Amino acid sequence: MRYLPLTPDDRRAMLARIGAADMDALFRDVPKAALAPLSAFDLPDTQGEMEVERALSKLAARNVAAGAAPFFCGAGAYKHHVPSAVDHLIQRSEFLTSYTPYQPEIAQGTLQYLFEFQSQVALLTGMEVANASLYDGSTATAEAVLMAQRITKRGKAILSGGLHPHYSETVETVAGLFGPIVRGAVTPGSTEDLAALIDEETACVVVQSPDVFGLIRNLRPVADAAHAKGALLIAVVTEVVSLGLLEPPGAQGADIVAAEGQSIGNGLNFGGPYVGLFATREKFLRQMPGRLCGETVDAEGRRGYVLTLSTREQHIRREKATSNICTNSGLCTLAFTIHLSLLGEVGLTRLARINHAKASALADRLSALPGVEIVTPAFFNEFTVKLPKPAAPLVEALAAKGVIAGVPASRLLPRDKSVESLLILAATETNSDEDFAALASALKEAL
Amino acid sequence: MSMNNQGRPTSAGAGGVAGMATISGDRGLDHEEPLIFELGHGAVGVDFPDIKVSDDRLGGLRRKDRIGLPGLSEPEVVRHYVRLSRMNYAIDSGLYPLGSCTMKHNPRLNEKIARLPGFGDLHPLAPRSVTQGALELISQLMNWLTTLTGMPAVAMSPKAGAHGELCGLLAIRAAIAARGETRKRILVPESAHGTNPATAAFAGFTVDEVPAKPNGHVDAQALKAKLAPDVAAIMLTNPNTCGLFEGEVKEIADAVHAAGAYFYCDGANFNAIAGKVRPGDLGVDAMHINLHKTFSTPHGGGGPGAGPVVLSERLAPFAPIPLLVADGKGLRLIEDVQAAPEGAKPFGRMCAFHGQMGMFVRALTYMISHGRDGVRQASEDAVLSANYILASLKDVMSAPFGDGPCMHEALFDDSFLEGTGVTTLDFAKAMIDEGYHPMTMYFPLVVHGAMLIEPTESESKASLDRFIHVLHTLATEARAKQTERFAGAPHLAPRRRLDETAAARKPVLRYKPAVSIKEAAE
Repeated sequence: MRYLPLTPDDRRAMLARIGAADMDALFRDVPKAALAPLSAFDLPDTQGEMEVERALSKLAARNVAAGAAPFFCGAGAYKHHVPSAVDHLIQRSEFLTSYTPYQPEIAQGTLQYLFEFQSQVALLTGMEVANASLYDGSTATAEAVLMAQRITKRGKAILSGGLHPHYSETVETVAGLFGPIVRGAVTPGSTEDLAALIDEETACVVVQSPDVFGLIRNLRPVADAAHAKGALLIAVVTEVVSLGLLEPPGAQGADIVAAEGQSIGNGLNFGGPYVGLFATREKFLRQMPGRLCGETVDAEGRRGYVLTLSTREQHIRREKATSNICTNSGLCTLAFTIHLSLLGEVGLTRLARINHAKASALADRLSALPGVEIVTPAFFNEFTVKLPKPAAPLVEALAAKGVIAGVPASRLLPRDKSVESLLILAATETNSDEDFAALASALKEAL
Repeated sequence: MSMNNQGRPTSAGAGGVAGMATISGDRGLDHEEPLIFELGHGAVGVDFPDIKVSDDRLGGLRRKDRIGLPGLSEPEVVRHYVRLSRMNYAIDSGLYPLGSCTMKHNPRLNEKIARLPGFGDLHPLAPRSVTQGALELISQLMNWLTTLTGMPAVAMSPKAGAHGELCGLLAIRAAIAARGETRKRILVPESAHGTNPATAAFAGFTVDEVPAKPNGHVDAQALKAKLAPDVAAIMLTNPNTCGLFEGEVKEIADAVHAAGAYFYCDGANFNAIAGKVRPGDLGVDAMHINLHKTFSTPHGGGGPGAGPVVLSERLAPFAPIPLLVADGKGLRLIEDVQAAPEGAKPFGRMCAFHGQMGMFVRALTYMISHGRDGVRQASEDAVLSANYILASLKDVMSAPFGDGPCMHEALFDDSFLEGTGVTTLDFAKAMIDEGYHPMTMYFPLVVHGAMLIEPTESESKASLDRFIHVLHTLATEARAKQTERFAGAPHLAPRRRLDETAAARKPVLRYKPAVSIKEAAE
């Protein structure tokens, strides 16, 4: 087996040094009945690199990649162009094959990029502090609700009907153990009355902007309503490129921001791994979950970085920790940081504008089709259309014709008949006019 | 000093240049590197046209202020991150003996396959008909995981080990609720990873610690004595964090089941027994598998991981959505709790979408490459290498449980350093000067000054011999009170010891141009 350096001679010599007769002697603590023979595993034997690559390439070829078709899916995961330098750099052995930086003297590379990442996330979201990432946007949102429950010592969480339904379900599963989770009405293209739901028991209100239907929401009125009752506003962002063009949640009164960072630096990967961004106010720092990297000095007075405030974390606090999280999204944070460094202020701003312009052009084009109605009046790069027939079968029909038309709202809200004919579409810098024409013509034909 | 025929010196010379101050502040290949924010100068690393967009569709929420991001060209960004990378230790550059963390070789084929557009550029909500290859890959991985563990079902969505623990405990919670019972207590051995008690609390349970016996095994009698109608589950790591196989595991499982509770196994150390022992044969009800440990998806400086959870017959119905099923048209994801098949009662959803697909691809590539025989051999080599280290060092380093064999990791304590003034931390930091990443220190908590060494199956005998020689010499010197190299180590790393107390006392967690580190430290 090409990955195993020990030869049969090595193994014999090592057993001799140990003083063990054979391998079984090393497994002597395992009850005999529990040792399974190789034949107990109905699985294939070792294969060479060429054979493995052939088999798995066949599986990959059965999928249609986003880049291989006119493509308009968003709803929490976005197709963007990632500069080639990003993937080359994150594959450097020193980044790819290192562990969590528990030995800071020989992990300054990881620690410094985490510090840069935290700085970038704080700036983008308009918040004071950010952590070194969580798993993804949905789990970051659940952690944000738990944090709000700890801070306010209240249980109830109110989720906007515009929050990505997968995020709502994740919050219900995890934070529902500690208080009631109340979902606001689903109002595609408009805002529901969240203020009416907030009471003295409310720990937090969770609002996504742009929301799952693409609508840009003004967070300020909800923030004021929440704060008036002593509750926190958690702002969720699933498309972080939008922060290059839109007011950040920090400027709109958010207390915690939970975001999905996939759009910057990270591929679609069929849903993971992604990178959860998590930012808050400095006064809530010690209630924050996840790893934090901080600046310090070494014994010679040189600037350096360490993991810090670990008294919040499971390996120190055990059952009293702020979260059980251990592993985060290390390499995905690096991809995010490198891509955002390449973009810079100017690049991100331009990228965001292009995204908005593309989506606007697509909306104009689709609204000209008979029977198609644009549901979302204000959007970044994603909006919802109402079709004259159910969207899900239509999307499968268009896929058969080589157009990946978007995400039917019914995929996310399968029991809500009112969204059956809604289709959520995203357009990014990767979409061309030909893509738009292909979609418009395929849609026209199918309707 | 002699010269070769190009006139270059062939030795460092006796001029005391080792401590020489350089003009640049860099030292040969060691570069000091500023923050990216300090390097920005208004350049742009991407080429996008500067277009104008109207406010018509922005809801009055166009950004008013600058973000504050630095601007650099591509070569500057590349150089910055390459220079940072060179300050890192990595498994590709040396033996990385972190016990319990499993730093094994990361095959590059896995990276290549994960980047095939059909996997890497596939949208999670793309139509079913264009994702059949991805669903088939998940299905194949599920088959490998259930076959290797001897368990009937697996939940794929958990994103890391601790997330898998949460998934397992939520399934247990749901199973107990389905029986119309309430059980609040979870038994956790004191040698457990910190995530175990943290997860139990996270899932709304109370934690009750079970002591370890002097031989490093969980105290099965004490554990059985704690079983009562309010106990929901035990969380047991096997092999445990002392690197020992819990031989009484089956009796423990039977007692737990007889008490109406469930057996959660922390699968962090599955890499010692994969292809040899099936946890399903040991009475396990739920176990997460760290794909980034046992199946070698890269640790990436702290993630991403993946933590699928195998489930017993009793817990399988409660697995979270999404569920993968086959019908006449191929494979299909069930993404709605209420659409679950007959008998299934999913407890909810762990995260958006379907789990760490990028890690699934890498793990399956690893498994198919190894095959069942290679997986078994890898486990055996990992155990053999750990025992080789244990046998070679226990004459100079104290091995509290060194009378018998260990599994995939060898545990030492600090009693061999008693009276030397050298601590476990000093000893570990001295390893850095020798070109090694330290072992896991001060964990598990059941021995004093723990040093947990896990070599994995990826090291050659020559590499192990060299490592043993270095540690043997360090231990011998320490015991002889030749402690110069330990005091204040490391001396030769990119940084000396860092002031963690100052970092925590007044946290500086982001770049702020106005505040210097000096002011922040004061």
